[in-house]
Amino acid sequence: MGVTRRGPLPGDGDPAYDVVVVGAGVVGAAIARALARHPLRVALVDAADDVGDGTSKANTAILHTGFDAVPGTLEARLVREGHRLLDAYARQTGIPVEPLGALLVAWDEQQRAALPRLAQKAERNGHRTTRLLSAPELALREPHLGAGALAALEVPGESVICPWTTTLAYATQAVRSGVDLHLSCRVEEVRPGDPYHRLVTRRGVLGARHLVNACGLHADGFDALLGRADFTVTPRRGQLVVFDKFARDLVRHILLPVPGPLGKGVLVSPTVYGNVMLGPTAEDLDDKTATGTTAEGLAGLREQGGRILPALLDEEVTAVYAGLRAATGQEDYRIAAHPALRYVTVGGIRSTGLTASLAIADHVLGLLADCGLDPGPERPLAPVRMPNLGESFPRPYRDAGLIARNAEFGAIVCHCERVTRGEIRAAFTSTIPPAGPDGLRRRTRARGGRCQGHFCGAELRALSEEYGEGTR
Amino acid sequence: MTRTVDVLVVGAGPAGLAAAAGLAAAGAGRVEVLERETDAGGVPRHCVRPGFGSDALGRPLDGPAYARRAVRAASRAGATVRTGVSATGWAAPLTLDVTAPTGLERIRARAVVLATGARERPRSARLVPGSRPAGVLTTGELQRTVARFGARAGLAGRRAVVVGGDPVARHAVRTLREAGAVVAAVVCERPGTATALGVGGAFATPVPVLSGTVVTELTGRGRLTGVAVRAGDGRTAVLRCDTVVFTGDWIPDHELVRLLGVPLAPGTRGPVTDGDFRTAEPGVFAVGNLLHGGEPARRAAAEGRAVVGAVLARLAGRPWPAGGVPVATEGPLRWVTPGLLGPAPVPGTSEAVSLPPPVPAPPVPLLVRPERRLVRPVLTVRQGDVLLGRERLAATLVPWRSVRLGPWWTDGVDGAGGPVVVAAEE
Ligand SMILES: Cc1cc2nc3c(=O)[nH]c(=O)nc-3n(C[C@H](O)[C@H](O)[C@H](O)COP(=O)(O)OP(=O)(O)OC[C@H]3O[C@@H](n4cnc5c(N)ncnc54)[C@H](O)[C@@H]3O)c2cc1C
Ligand SMILES: Cc1cc2nc3c(=O)[nH]c(=O)nc-3n(C[C@H](O)[C@H](O)[C@H](O)COP(=O)(O)OP(=O)(O)OC[C@H]3O[C@@H](n4cnc5c(N)ncnc54)[C@H](O)[C@@H]3O)c2cc1C
Repeated sequence: MGVTRRGPLPGDGDPAYDVVVVGAGVVGAAIARALARHPLRVALVDAADDVGDGTSKANTAILHTGFDAVPGTLEARLVREGHRLLDAYARQTGIPVEPLGALLVAWDEQQRAALPRLAQKAERNGHRTTRLLSAPELALREPHLGAGALAALEVPGESVICPWTTTLAYATQAVRSGVDLHLSCRVEEVRPGDPYHRLVTRRGVLGARHLVNACGLHADGFDALLGRADFTVTPRRGQLVVFDKFARDLVRHILLPVPGPLGKGVLVSPTVYGNVMLGPTAEDLDDKTATGTTAEGLAGLREQGGRILPALLDEEVTAVYAGLRAATGQEDYRIAAHPALRYVTVGGIRSTGLTASLAIADHVLGLLADCGLDPGPERPLAPVRMPNLGESFPRPYRDAGLIARNAEFGAIVCHCERVTRGEIRAAFTSTIPPAGPDGLRRRTRARGGRCQGHFCGAELRALSEEYGEGTR
Repeated sequence: MTRTVDVLVVGAGPAGLAAAAGLAAAGAGRVEVLERETDAGGVPRHCVRPGFGSDALGRPLDGPAYARRAVRAASRAGATVRTGVSATGWAAPLTLDVTAPTGLERIRARAVVLATGARERPRSARLVPGSRPAGVLTTGELQRTVARFGARAGLAGRRAVVVGGDPVARHAVRTLREAGAVVAAVVCERPGTATALGVGGAFATPVPVLSGTVVTELTGRGRLTGVAVRAGDGRTAVLRCDTVVFTGDWIPDHELVRLLGVPLAPGTRGPVTDGDFRTAEPGVFAVGNLLHGGEPARRAAAEGRAVVGAVLARLAGRPWPAGGVPVATEGPLRWVTPGLLGPAPVPGTSEAVSLPPPVPAPPVPLLVRPERRLVRPVLTVRQGDVLLGRERLAATLVPWRSVRLGPWWTDGVDGAGGPVVVAAEE
C-alpha cells in the first residue's frame, strides 16, 4: 500500500493496525521507523499532505549535544542519546551533518561570569570537553565577530544537520519496511475500543490496537480526543532569517548566545546548505497556526545579528520563516504511557525534538510494551540512502560519473542551488514524492536559493507537471 | 582536461552576445559563449511585446525577435554559442568550471567577459513579513511562466497586486492581464510624482496606483489571500488577492564575481570596473546588467560592443592597469558606473602594474542613476578641489532611468588623484 494522499482509506477500519502513529513530524516518523523493525502492522498518519510539514520543517537545524539541558530530566537523557544515534544514522544514510562545534559568546561581564557555570552544567550532562576561550583566542577562531566579544565557551560536537532529509529518511525507511503512510488524513475523533480504537478521519476510519500521539503543537488537542487533559501546549514562535551563501565565510562555528536574565538571545549558525541562519525569536502566542514573520521580529533579529556579525547585514536575505515550539510550561518533555487506553502521548517536544528523535522513538517503544504491545522479534530495516542536499558533500552537478551515466544530472534547472533535472525527477519517483513546490524544495533545494524562483520557477512548474501527478 | 579558448563569455543575453559578436568579427580567435538556459538570448526571450527597438525595415521588434537577432549576429560573426552550459566557479585564474548534460569541463581563456545579468529581489530579500503562501513571485518569474505555458487563464491567479513603481511594473500589469488576472492595485513606495505609472497606470483599463505606500505583510496559508499595506499618512488596508508580483529592485547576478573576490560597487552591488569594463582581476571583464541591474537591452548591448577594444588589447598582451581613481556619488544619486577611472594602460608586462603618478585617466562616459525625481538638477563632477564639469540639465530625472554623462565630464581626471565625486542638486 505504501503512501496514500487521497481517496478513501483502505479497508475502512478493517483490517486494523497494531499501531497507528498520529503525526508525521520528525518524532512521529522516527517512532514509525522504530516500529517497522518488528513484524507489526503500522500506520503513520498526518493531517498535512507531506511528512515533516509542521514544526519539523522550521527549526534551527542544530544537532545538539544537550550540554545545556536541565540535568536529570528525560529531555537531557534523550537529547544526549539522540545526538549519538542521529549522528551515526546521518552518516549511514547520507543526511548531511557537519560537526562545526559551538561557541557561546559572552558580550558583557555578566555573561562572561556565566560561562564557568555553563561548563559545569555541561559536565553534569556528561560533556567534559568544553573549554573557555579568551578574547584573543576567540578573535582568531571567529575573525568577523563584532566588537565587544569578551570570551567564549567552546562546545565541541554541536553540529548542523538537514532537518528535512532527517524526517524524510525516517519516513522513507519506515514505508520501505512496510509501514503505511496516510497523508492529508487528519484524525478528528477517536472512539476508544477494545481490541481496537477507531480513529475517524475525513478519508475514513482507521482501526488501531495501540495509538501514539505525536501531534506536536496539537498533542494537547489530541489527548483531549481520548479524554486526557494533562497539559496545554503554548506555541512559542521562533522567527529566523537565512542569509545568502556569500555570508558563509563570515562564520565557522555555531555561535550560541549565553542565556541570561534578559532572555535567551539569538544564534548565528551556518546551515548545511551553505547559508547563514540568524534567530530565533521567542514569542509566546495563542495561535497554533501563527507561523508568519513580523516586521518587529525581523528588525530585532537584524539588530542583534548586526552586533554579533556586522558584515552579515551587507549580504542579501535568502529566506525568512518562523516555527512554533511546543511549550508546555514544564522544562521537560511530556511523554506518558496510558496503559488502560493502550496509548502513548509524546508531547512537549519543545526545542530539541530533531536531535532527540531517535532516542524518543526507542523510549516510546518501551512505553508501548508497557501498554501491552508485544513487538515480536527484530528484523533489519530496509536500507535507505538519501539524496545529498549538503554543500560540503558531493552534489550531482559536480559528479562526472553520474552525469556520464545520466545526462539529466548535468542539466541544472535551479541555478542558485544548482539542482539538476535528474534530482527533480528522482524526487518525484521517490518512495514519498513531493506534493507541491514546498515539498520539492525540501527534497532537492530547488527554488530555495537567492532568486526564490525568479529564474527557475517556471521551469520547475513545468517539470512538476511532467513528473508529478499529485502536484498542484 | 582543461580546454583553452581565446575569449570566454559567460551569459548569452544582449550584453554577452554583443560582446561575442564584436569580438568574433574583430578576429579575436575562438570566442565561446556559455548560456545556462536551454536557449540563448537572455531576458528579452521572455518579453513578448514590442519595446526592443526596430529591425532594418523599421518594424518594431519584440523581445524574442530581438533575442533571436542577437544570437544570429553572434553566430554569424563566428562566435560559438553553447546553451545548457552553466559556469559554476573558478578552478584557477581565467579558468572556469562548467557543468552541462555532456559532462564537466574546465575551460581556460585568455580573457573572460562576465555578462550574467541581474535579477529582481524576491519577497524574502525585501524582508516583507507575513506567511509564506504560494502566489508570490517576481516579474521575471511571471514573464517566464506566461512565456512557458502561454497566456492561459488562472496561470497567475485571479486577482493580483503588483509591487513597485518602475516601468517593469507596467510589464507585470500587462502580463497579468494577458493571463486573465484582475490587477487590484499597483503599490509603490515612492510618492505619486515619482512612479513610472502615472494616473491609472496609463492603461486603457486603469489600475489603481497606491503611491507612497508600503507592503507590510502577506497573509494566507497555502495560497496568498491578501497584501497588507500602509500609506504615507499611516492609513492601513488589506488588499485581497491571490497573487503578488514584486517588481524592479534589481540586484546583479554576481556569483562568479563574488567567487573571484573582486570588489563590488556599494551602489549597484555589481563589480567595480574601469571605463573599459575591466574588473580588478587581470583578464576578467564585466558588462551588461551585471554591472548595474535593470537597464534597457540596448544599453546592455552597447556595453557588450564597447568592451571589444579592451579585450582585444588584452589578447594582444597589453598590460592590465592597476590602481585608478574611484568614482562615487553624493546627494540624491543612487549609483554611478564605472566605479573606477583607470590610468591609460602602458606597454609592458601583461599582468597588473602600478603606474607612476601623475597619469591622466582617459575620459569615459558615466552612467548615473538618481535616487528620486530631480527637476532640472545641477550635476557636478569634481576631483578634490578641481571642478571637472558642472551643468544644469534641461530634463527632469526619474529614479527608474539612468543618465549618461558624455566623456567630456571626466576629461582631465588625475589618474593619481583622489576620488571623483558625481553630485546632483535641485
Ligand atoms: C524555532 C525553532 C527552532 C528549533 N531548533 C531546533 C534545533 O536546532 N534542534 C532540534 O533538535 N530541535 C529544534 N527545534 C525543535 C524541533 O523542531 C521540534 O522539537 C520537532 O520538530 C518536533 O517534532 P514533532 O514531530 O513533535 O512535531 P511536528 O513536526 O509539529 O509534527 C506534528 C505533526 O502532527 C500532525 N498532526 C497534528 N494533529 C494531527 C491530527 N489530529 N491528525 C493528524 N495529524 C496531526 C501535524 O500536521 C504535524 O505534521 C526547534 C523548534 C523551533 C520552533
Ligand atoms: C520584465 C522585464 C522587462 C523588460 N523590458 C524591456 C524592454 O521593453 N526593452 C528593453 O530594452 N529592455 C527591457 N528589459 C531589460 C533587458 O531585458 C535587459 O536590459 C537585458 O536583458 C540585459 O542584458 P544582459 O545581457 O546584461 O543580461 P540578461 O539578459 O539577463 O542575460 C544574462 C544571461 O546570462 C546567463 N547566465 C547567468 N549566469 C550564468 C552562468 N553562471 N553560466 C552561464 N550562463 C549564465 C543567464 O541565463 C542569462 O541568459 C526588461 C527586463 C525585464 C526583466
